[in-house]
Amino acid sequence: MNETPSPLAMAAQGKAPEVTVSKDMIKRGFFVAPVLMLVAGVVWGLSGMWSAGVGIALVLANFGLAAALIAWAAPISLALMMGVSLFGYLIRLGLLAVAIFLLRDVSWINLPALGVTIIVTHLGLLFWEMKFIAASLAFPGLRPHE
Amino acid sequence: MEAIARLVAAAADTTAADAKNTAAAASAGYAYGLAAIGPGIGIGYLVGKSVEAMARQPEAAGMVRTTMFLGIAFTEALALIGFVVFILLKFA
Repeated sequence: MNETPSPLAMAAQGKAPEVTVSKDMIKRGFFVAPVLMLVAGVVWGLSGMWSAGVGIALVLANFGLAAALIAWAAPISLALMMGVSLFGYLIRLGLLAVAIFLLRDVSWINLPALGVTIIVTHLGLLFWEMKFIAASLAFPGLRPHE
Repeated sequence: MEAIARLVAAAADTTAADAKNTAAAASAGYAYGLAAIGPGIGIGYLVGKSVEAMARQPEAAGMVRTTMFLGIAFTEALALIGFVVFILLKFA
């Protein structure tokens, strides 16, 4: 009988793909940051430009932290990876909330610009990365980059 | 008499404004809380199924982890949208 082994006793081996994905997204984030900051600067002024920069930094840090947590836990145990993913979600949302609470009264922060940048950067980078991931999974021989 | 009437009117105004602010703060908090519940359930389900898949097919773990990471990030976008709506309602 072919029984599934308990995930408690298993660990993921090999390279951490989420670190690669996260590095790709952070790299692209640095490329698009000046454009986003310029657009936010045109719409909201100088405070909007700085807020966009802070928003992009928060999103990239969020991606990096998520990848680092999963990459740390997966080789130890799959069960730990699940726990870390869920508590990591809470911790990352909490850190984001703390960062925004600390920044909300700063004179050069424009909250609408910060909020819009967070959503646009997060979704934009994800869709951008998804295009490469989908291509890599469907046609491994045509991987756009290593 | 006129002074008392003015005081009563001022107190009524303050109470109404306070009540409005309290309701706005509570609503923003509920909005953020409710927006975080759905993604929490989604991420739990997603990671649970991914762990199950990796336990069944360890050789596909790399592919599963890649798609899992993207899935977590997409699910988290919903919580981020809720959070942004919260900060805009509460502080902007």
